[in-house]
Amino acid sequence: MENLGALAILLAFCAAIYAALASLVGRLKNKPFLIVSAHRAVYAVWALVTLAAAVLVHAMMTGDFRFAYVAEHSNHAMPTLYKFAAWWGGQEGSLLFWSWLLATYATVVTFSNRRKHRDMMPYVTAVLMVIQTFFLILNNFIANPFRMLANSEGQVIAAGVVPDGNGLNPLLQYPAMAIHPPMLYLGYVGFAVPFAFAVGSLITRQPGDGWIHTTRRWTLVTWLFQSCGIMLGAAWAYHVLGWGGYWAWDPVENASLLPWLSGTAFLHSVMMQEKKGMMKVWNIVLVSSTFFLCILGTFLTRSGVVQSVHAFSRSEIGKYFVSFLAIGIAATVYLILDRLDYLKSESQLESVVSRESSFLFNNLILLASCFAVLWGTLFPVISEYATGDKISLDADWYNRLMVPIGLFLLFLTGVGPLFAWRRTSLESLRRNFQYPGIAALVLIAVLIAAGMRNFYALISFGFCLFVALTVMVEFYKGGHSIASKNDMSLVRAMIELTHRNTRRYGGYLVHMGIVLMFIGFTGHAFNQSEVKELNNGDRMRVGNYDLKMIDLKQGENELYAWHRATIAVSKNGQSLGILEPEKRFYIASKQGTSEIGIRQRPNEDLYLNFGGMSDDNQRAVIQAYVFPLVSWIWVGGLVLIGGTLICLVPSKIKMQYARTEVVGYTKTHATVQK
Amino acid sequence: MGKYGKFAALIAIVVGTVVWLAAAGMKENKTYYKTISELGQMGNQAYGQRLRVGGDIEAGSIHRVGQEVQFVLVQDKLRLKVAYNGRDPLPDTFKDGAQALADGKLDTDGVFRTKQIQAKCASKYEAKPGQFTPTAASGKGSV
Repeated sequence: MENLGALAILLAFCAAIYAALASLVGRLKNKPFLIVSAHRAVYAVWALVTLAAAVLVHAMMTGDFRFAYVAEHSNHAMPTLYKFAAWWGGQEGSLLFWSWLLATYATVVTFSNRRKHRDMMPYVTAVLMVIQTFFLILNNFIANPFRMLANSEGQVIAAGVVPDGNGLNPLLQYPAMAIHPPMLYLGYVGFAVPFAFAVGSLITRQPGDGWIHTTRRWTLVTWLFQSCGIMLGAAWAYHVLGWGGYWAWDPVENASLLPWLSGTAFLHSVMMQEKKGMMKVWNIVLVSSTFFLCILGTFLTRSGVVQSVHAFSRSEIGKYFVSFLAIGIAATVYLILDRLDYLKSESQLESVVSRESSFLFNNLILLASCFAVLWGTLFPVISEYATGDKISLDADWYNRLMVPIGLFLLFLTGVGPLFAWRRTSLESLRRNFQYPGIAALVLIAVLIAAGMRNFYALISFGFCLFVALTVMVEFYKGGHSIASKNDMSLVRAMIELTHRNTRRYGGYLVHMGIVLMFIGFTGHAFNQSEVKELNNGDRMRVGNYDLKMIDLKQGENELYAWHRATIAVSKNGQSLGILEPEKRFYIASKQGTSEIGIRQRPNEDLYLNFGGMSDDNQRAVIQAYVFPLVSWIWVGGLVLIGGTLICLVPSKIKMQYARTEVVGYTKTHATVQK
Repeated sequence: MGKYGKFAALIAIVVGTVVWLAAAGMKENKTYYKTISELGQMGNQAYGQRLRVGGDIEAGSIHRVGQEVQFVLVQDKLRLKVAYNGRDPLPDTFKDGAQALADGKLDTDGVFRTKQIQAKCASKYEAKPGQFTPTAASGKGSV
């Protein structure tokens, strides 16, 4: 079986190289049959990588521990779901998963465009297959998932083969954690496609925006997967790790955020190109940067080059990623500089209070935050080069920067969509922003009067209300207009409104989701916590809650040993129920986990963590937290997902914008014929 | 101001603020990362400075003494005594043999005092070619 798998990825490697070359040669020498054979090679790559993946997954499901990878990441006792998820639980398997996703994307793109864009597609295929070849090099020669501990006769190749494996760490055996990597990978790998189209359009000197139209939905779906992946990671950290936080600015967390930030900038700036023919060079730079940041993220997570809770050891694999990045970036920069003439802007910035200007500042601030996070993440490497000392920057540094940046971005979210193209009149400014602005100021005044003094929190709540009102007014105005003309109810009218222009109103919903998330983030400023060692009958207080431990049990089963505290929760004398935080110690992996006791409500979460037993083993160390507003983060995330899905629905009315489009260039001057 | 004057000014303000915040943050929030051997080489400079030290947790060295948790970090043959007295319980990944990072200061009595510990995460992404260690937590105890 293992030979089948190893052979499959070797053949896939050859097929990918063939596909890239045949595509290029076929296009350059105008030989259509070569291009068609390249298409078939792309499908063959998919079939072969799928076969290899199937061999590996089959080995995991059946517990074939002769495979080193299976022995390292799976064991008999694991539930089936996690046996499958162990496919991406380690280096070799996750790289094979990367290859498989890329092959799938390449197949879909090639097949759906097999009769379109004949000018550009061979280059797109070639770029995708070059990237595929790189990952297949890793799969075949650097991190082969088909390493064996014993061969099929059961002869032992490596010492110490056991009839059972290590198993997946119990911290990862949660459904959210099982799908978090696939979501992120779907997002990371997905950006290869818009990048390939951008390169294709550069090579073919296409001044138009064919590549943006074609890849718009693709980019949106990819961005959606990235967003889901990041939120799943945060939700897992919150519910499983027991420290009560959801984001620590850890290098691997940052690695997933970087392409998301530049991807968000890209999603916005393409609108400038579609509507006004501006930012052409910038968009190519952005989509390329996003793709390279995806590769960088994949690299950071694995190479050990930056110290992180996720990746401590140094690995050989880093060199290959760095080479790939270097070559890729150099080639892309060369292409862009060479084709600069074809990317001239069709319009110019006119006013600071214009839609163009707000997109400019949106991009500026997103890229500034992207750069800041990149700087902070790579700082240990940079400082070691510069001074010989490895210096790391902690979470406080990031928060110092990202909070004001985030608030400015929130402000733009409110004003940007309501600025007009080219220039917004004073009258329009007053009309759109007067009431939301006043409402925000009133809210801030009320909060100050109620005793709130945290500067950033006040600004945040003010901006949140401001943006929320601008969005709601937009829905109301449009809906009301449709409702009165068509004798519909307001709600139906708003749905109709959204359907007529899904991009715009779906976008507004995404912005609403962001507002809700910011409300959740702001609650962090008011977190409360208490730690206490409790005996049976002891009490503690946190926030407005009275906690009393009414039972403390312990036990053991075949998988783990446990300690459980039963805590009665009450407020103002009224009982609110029972929470049972638990501490487990898994026997096989010697791994401890915390099962938190949590009471989630819209206004705040009560979060109890069983820290451990006291030294004399008599009392339970209970950490109690009150996290105000944190649930709004998860709600906001769902609204964001919903809004994005709406954006993907085709609009009822196709908006056409009159625009001078450049159709071609000539190198010789025109002369006037007399 | 020329045509783009206002834009340039606003951009300068935004970028300038970000850079200022970053620079101020770097002065206050940076920690030097050192291995145990580098720590030893620092000599007297090591005392009192905020550092992050990494190493493996020596098996059997974890003890709870009052509010503190004491343990020993090893790197090759070098040993460093560490005392943790932070509010939060230690991470679940903190156990014998795990890799850990301690963020704190070296005290004059030779004990590294820390309020923040990170221990290696669950996901095994490092490449250890050909290495499967059955002694470390293998099939015992599972079906």
